[in-house]
Amino acid sequence: MLLDTVIFYICAIFAVGGAVMMILQRNPVASVMFMIVSLIAQAVLYVQLSALFVGALLIIVYAGAILVLFLFVIMLLNLRGERFEEERPKLGLTTKYGLAIIFFFEIVIIIKQTVFTGSISQSPITVASDFGNVKPVAELLFTKYLFPFELTSILLLVAIVGAVLMAKKENNDKGEQI
Amino acid sequence: MIVPIEHYLILSALLFAIGAGGVIISRNLIIIFMSIELMLNAANLSIIAFSLMHNLMDGHVLVFIVMTVAAAEAAVGLAIIIMVYRKRDTINADKFNLMKR
Repeated sequence: MLLDTVIFYICAIFAVGGAVMMILQRNPVASVMFMIVSLIAQAVLYVQLSALFVGALLIIVYAGAILVLFLFVIMLLNLRGERFEEERPKLGLTTKYGLAIIFFFEIVIIIKQTVFTGSISQSPITVASDFGNVKPVAELLFTKYLFPFELTSILLLVAIVGAVLMAKKENNDKGEQI
Repeated sequence: MIVPIEHYLILSALLFAIGAGGVIISRNLIIIFMSIELMLNAANLSIIAFSLMHNLMDGHVLVFIVMTVAAAEAAVGLAIIIMVYRKRDTINADKFNLMKR
Protein backbone atom coordinates (compact mmCIF):
# COMPACT_ATOMS: atom_id res chain seq x y z
CA MET A 1 0.00 0.00 0.00
CA LEU A 2 1.24 3.40 -0.90
CA LEU A 3 -0.58 5.18 1.90
CA ASP A 4 1.30 3.35 4.65
CA THR A 5 4.64 4.27 3.11
CA VAL A 6 3.63 7.91 2.76
CA ILE A 7 2.47 8.06 6.38
CA PHE A 8 5.68 6.38 7.50
CA TYR A 9 7.90 8.86 5.70
CA ILE A 10 5.93 11.93 6.82
CA CYS A 11 6.07 10.77 10.44
CA ALA A 12 9.73 9.86 10.15
CA ILE A 13 10.53 13.34 8.84
CA PHE A 14 8.60 14.94 11.68
CA ALA A 15 10.20 12.69 14.30
CA VAL A 16 13.75 13.28 13.09
CA GLY A 17 13.22 16.98 12.39
CA GLY A 18 11.69 17.55 15.80
CA ALA A 19 14.55 15.72 17.46
CA VAL A 20 17.20 17.71 15.57
CA MET A 21 15.49 21.02 16.34
CA MET A 22 15.18 19.92 19.96
CA ILE A 23 18.94 19.60 20.25
CA LEU A 24 19.79 22.77 18.38
CA GLN A 25 17.45 25.15 20.21
CA ARG A 26 18.95 27.64 22.62
CA ASN A 27 15.68 28.25 24.41
CA PRO A 28 14.69 25.21 26.54
CA VAL A 29 10.96 25.92 26.22
CA ALA A 30 11.15 25.75 22.42
CA SER A 31 13.21 22.61 22.84
CA VAL A 32 10.42 20.97 24.83
CA MET A 33 7.90 21.96 22.17
CA PHE A 34 9.97 20.34 19.40
CA MET A 35 10.32 17.23 21.55
CA ILE A 36 6.52 17.06 21.74
CA VAL A 37 6.32 17.27 17.92
CA SER A 38 8.79 14.40 17.66
CA LEU A 39 6.88 12.33 20.23
CA ILE A 40 3.53 12.77 18.48
CA ALA A 41 5.07 11.62 15.21
CA GLN A 42 6.50 8.60 17.01
CA ALA A 43 3.09 7.85 18.49
CA VAL A 44 1.61 7.78 14.99
CA LEU A 45 4.32 5.29 14.03
CA TYR A 46 3.39 3.13 17.03
CA VAL A 47 -0.24 3.13 15.90
CA GLN A 48 0.92 2.19 12.42
CA LEU A 49 2.72 -0.77 13.96
CA SER A 50 -0.69 -1.69 15.49
CA ALA A 51 0.40 -0.82 19.03
CA LEU A 52 -2.61 1.28 19.92
CA PHE A 53 -2.32 1.05 23.68
CA VAL A 54 1.35 1.93 23.81
CA GLY A 55 0.88 4.73 21.30
CA ALA A 56 -1.82 6.30 23.44
CA LEU A 57 0.38 5.80 26.48
CA LEU A 58 3.24 7.57 24.74
CA ILE A 59 1.18 10.70 24.26
CA ILE A 60 -0.42 10.57 27.70
CA VAL A 61 2.69 9.75 29.71
CA TYR A 62 5.40 11.52 27.72
CA ALA A 63 3.72 14.54 26.18
CA GLY A 64 1.21 14.85 28.97
CA ALA A 65 3.28 14.20 32.06
CA ILE A 66 7.03 14.04 31.58
CA LEU A 67 7.44 17.00 29.24
CA VAL A 68 5.06 19.09 31.34
CA LEU A 69 7.34 18.26 34.26
CA PHE A 70 10.27 19.54 32.20
CA LEU A 71 8.32 22.73 31.47
CA PHE A 72 7.59 23.18 35.18
CA VAL A 73 11.26 22.87 36.02
CA ILE A 74 12.27 25.31 33.26
CA MET A 75 9.78 27.84 34.55
CA LEU A 76 10.91 27.23 38.11
CA LEU A 77 14.59 27.74 37.39
CA ASN A 78 14.09 31.03 35.51
CA LEU A 79 17.03 30.51 33.16
CA ARG A 80 16.65 33.79 31.31
CA GLY A 81 20.03 35.31 30.59
CA GLU A 82 22.00 32.13 31.13
CA ARG A 83 24.46 31.61 28.31
CA PHE A 84 25.84 28.25 27.34
CA GLU A 85 28.58 28.95 24.84
CA GLU A 86 30.84 31.62 26.25
CA GLU A 87 33.83 29.39 26.79
CA ARG A 88 35.82 27.60 24.18
CA PRO A 89 34.91 23.94 24.26
CA LYS A 90 37.67 21.39 24.56
CA LEU A 91 36.27 19.26 21.75
CA GLY A 92 35.41 21.06 18.55
CA LEU A 93 31.84 21.04 17.34
CA THR A 94 32.75 19.10 14.19
CA THR A 95 34.27 16.37 16.34
CA LYS A 96 31.06 16.08 18.31
CA TYR A 97 28.80 15.96 15.24
CA GLY A 98 31.25 13.53 13.65
CA LEU A 99 31.03 11.22 16.64
CA ALA A 100 27.22 11.17 16.46
CA ILE A 101 27.27 10.50 12.69
CA ILE A 102 29.83 7.72 13.04
CA PHE A 103 27.68 6.20 15.78
CA PHE A 104 24.62 6.29 13.50
CA PHE A 105 26.41 4.58 10.63
CA GLU A 106 27.73 1.90 12.96
CA ILE A 107 24.16 1.00 13.93
CA VAL A 108 23.04 1.10 10.29
CA ILE A 109 25.84 -1.28 9.28
CA ILE A 110 24.79 -3.66 12.06
CA ILE A 111 21.16 -3.52 10.91
CA LYS A 112 22.12 -4.09 7.29
CA GLN A 113 24.26 -7.08 8.17
CA THR A 114 21.53 -8.69 10.20
CA VAL A 115 19.68 -11.30 8.21
CA PHE A 116 15.97 -11.21 8.86
CA THR A 117 14.96 -14.76 8.20
CA GLY A 118 12.59 -15.45 5.38
CA SER A 119 10.00 -13.06 4.14
CA ILE A 120 8.81 -12.05 7.59
CA SER A 121 10.04 -8.51 7.15
CA GLN A 122 8.58 -8.05 3.70
CA SER A 123 5.24 -9.72 3.41
CA PRO A 124 2.23 -8.31 5.25
CA ILE A 125 1.93 -10.69 8.15
CA THR A 126 -1.51 -11.38 9.48
CA VAL A 127 -2.01 -10.31 13.05
CA ALA A 128 -5.06 -10.71 15.24
CA SER A 129 -7.54 -7.89 14.91
CA ASP A 130 -7.10 -6.89 18.54
CA PHE A 131 -3.29 -7.00 18.44
CA GLY A 132 -1.98 -4.27 20.71
CA ASN A 133 -5.36 -3.20 22.05
CA VAL A 134 -5.82 -2.49 25.72
CA LYS A 135 -7.37 -5.81 26.68
CA PRO A 136 -4.74 -8.29 25.36
CA VAL A 137 -1.87 -6.17 26.63
CA ALA A 138 -3.53 -5.87 30.02
CA GLU A 139 -4.10 -9.62 30.16
CA LEU A 140 -0.41 -10.16 29.49
CA LEU A 141 0.50 -7.51 32.05
CA PHE A 142 -1.61 -8.98 34.82
CA THR A 143 -0.89 -12.67 34.24
CA LYS A 144 2.48 -13.43 32.71
CA TYR A 145 4.26 -10.26 33.74
CA LEU A 146 2.54 -9.61 37.06
CA PHE A 147 5.74 -9.59 39.09
CA PRO A 148 7.62 -7.04 36.93
CA PHE A 149 4.46 -4.93 36.92
CA GLU A 150 4.41 -4.91 40.71
CA LEU A 151 8.12 -4.10 40.81
CA THR A 152 7.30 -1.07 38.65
CA SER A 153 5.16 0.32 41.44
CA ILE A 154 8.04 -0.02 43.89
CA LEU A 155 10.27 1.78 41.38
CA LEU A 156 7.81 4.66 41.18
CA LEU A 157 7.62 4.82 44.98
CA VAL A 158 11.40 4.99 45.22
CA ALA A 159 11.46 7.71 42.57
CA ILE A 160 8.87 9.77 44.45
CA VAL A 161 10.77 9.49 47.72
CA GLY A 162 14.08 10.27 46.04
CA ALA A 163 12.71 13.30 44.18
CA VAL A 164 11.13 14.73 47.33
CA LEU A 165 14.27 14.15 49.38
CA MET A 166 16.54 15.79 46.83
CA ALA A 167 14.37 18.74 45.87
CA LYS A 168 13.51 19.62 49.46
CA LYS A 169 14.93 22.85 50.76
CA GLU A 170 17.80 22.41 53.16
CA ASN A 171 18.14 24.38 56.35
CA ASN A 172 21.87 25.06 56.23
CA ASP A 173 22.32 26.41 52.76
CA LYS A 174 25.70 28.00 53.42
CA GLY A 175 27.24 24.64 54.28
CA GLU A 176 29.44 22.58 52.01
CA GLN A 177 29.51 23.33 48.32
CA ILE A 178 28.71 20.64 45.82
CA MET B 1 3.68 -4.80 7.92
CA ILE B 2 3.83 -3.05 4.59
CA VAL B 3 6.80 -0.84 5.35
CA PRO B 4 9.76 -3.21 5.79
CA ILE B 5 11.09 -3.51 9.29
CA GLU B 6 14.54 -2.23 8.32
CA HIS B 7 13.06 1.21 7.78
CA TYR B 8 11.72 1.32 11.31
CA LEU B 9 15.04 0.09 12.65
CA ILE B 10 16.99 2.70 10.73
CA LEU B 11 14.63 5.44 11.90
CA SER B 12 15.13 4.16 15.43
CA ALA B 13 18.91 4.21 14.95
CA LEU B 14 18.70 7.76 13.62
CA LEU B 15 16.69 8.93 16.61
CA PHE B 16 19.09 7.18 18.96
CA ALA B 17 22.09 8.80 17.27
CA ILE B 18 20.42 12.21 17.50
CA GLY B 19 19.85 11.62 21.19
CA ALA B 20 23.45 10.53 21.72
CA GLY B 21 24.62 13.56 19.75
CA GLY B 22 22.48 15.78 21.95
CA VAL B 23 24.09 14.37 25.06
CA ILE B 24 27.53 15.06 23.59
CA ILE B 25 26.83 18.46 22.05
CA SER B 26 24.50 20.23 24.41
CA ARG B 27 25.64 21.96 27.59
CA ASN B 28 22.20 22.63 28.98
CA LEU B 29 21.39 19.97 31.56
CA ILE B 30 17.68 20.02 30.68
CA ILE B 31 18.38 19.38 26.98
CA ILE B 32 20.76 16.59 27.96
CA PHE B 33 17.97 14.96 29.96
CA MET B 34 15.54 15.31 27.08
CA SER B 35 18.09 13.67 24.78
CA ILE B 36 18.23 10.72 27.15
CA GLU B 37 14.44 10.46 26.96
CA LEU B 38 14.74 10.52 23.18
CA MET B 39 17.19 7.63 23.27
CA LEU B 40 14.79 5.60 25.41
CA ASN B 41 12.03 6.34 22.90
CA ALA B 42 14.17 5.25 19.99
CA ALA B 43 14.78 1.91 21.70
CA ASN B 44 11.03 1.63 22.30
CA LEU B 45 10.31 2.13 18.60
CA SER B 46 12.52 -0.78 17.60
CA ILE B 47 11.00 -2.95 20.33
CA ILE B 48 7.51 -2.23 18.95
CA ALA B 49 8.66 -3.02 15.41
CA PHE B 50 10.16 -6.35 16.49
CA SER B 51 7.04 -7.08 18.47
CA LEU B 52 4.88 -6.82 15.38
CA MET B 53 7.44 -8.75 13.32
CA HIS B 54 7.29 -11.70 15.69
CA ASN B 55 3.54 -11.33 16.28
CA LEU B 56 4.03 -11.27 20.05
CA MET B 57 2.65 -8.69 22.43
CA ASP B 58 5.33 -9.17 25.08
CA GLY B 59 7.23 -6.26 23.60
CA HIS B 60 4.40 -3.93 24.46
CA VAL B 61 4.76 -4.87 28.12
CA LEU B 62 8.48 -4.18 27.90
CA VAL B 63 7.79 -0.77 26.37
CA PHE B 64 5.33 -0.06 29.16
CA ILE B 65 8.00 -0.82 31.76
CA VAL B 66 10.59 1.26 29.92
CA MET B 67 8.17 4.19 29.97
CA THR B 68 7.79 3.80 33.72
CA VAL B 69 11.54 3.81 34.12
CA ALA B 70 11.74 6.93 31.95
CA ALA B 71 9.17 8.67 34.13
CA ALA B 72 11.01 7.76 37.32
CA GLU B 73 14.31 8.83 35.78
CA ALA B 74 12.86 12.17 34.71
CA ALA B 75 11.48 12.86 38.19
CA VAL B 76 14.76 12.06 39.94
CA GLY B 77 16.86 13.78 37.30
CA LEU B 78 14.85 16.99 37.46
CA ALA B 79 15.12 16.92 41.25
CA ILE B 80 18.89 16.68 40.84
CA ILE B 81 18.81 19.62 38.40
CA ILE B 82 16.85 21.73 40.86
CA MET B 83 19.24 20.86 43.69
CA VAL B 84 22.29 21.64 41.57
CA TYR B 85 20.78 24.94 40.42
CA ARG B 86 20.12 25.92 44.01
CA LYS B 87 23.71 25.26 44.98
CA ARG B 88 25.54 26.60 41.93
CA ASP B 89 23.10 29.01 40.24
CA THR B 90 23.72 27.48 36.83
CA ILE B 91 22.76 24.42 34.82
CA ASN B 92 25.64 24.64 32.38
CA ALA B 93 27.14 21.17 32.35
CA ASP B 94 30.64 22.51 31.69
CA LYS B 95 30.64 24.30 35.03
CA PHE B 96 30.32 21.09 37.00
CA ASN B 97 33.96 20.05 37.04
CA LEU B 98 34.60 19.41 40.72
CA MET B 99 35.53 15.80 40.08
CA LYS B 100 38.03 16.79 37.37
CA ARG B 101 40.10 19.10 39.52
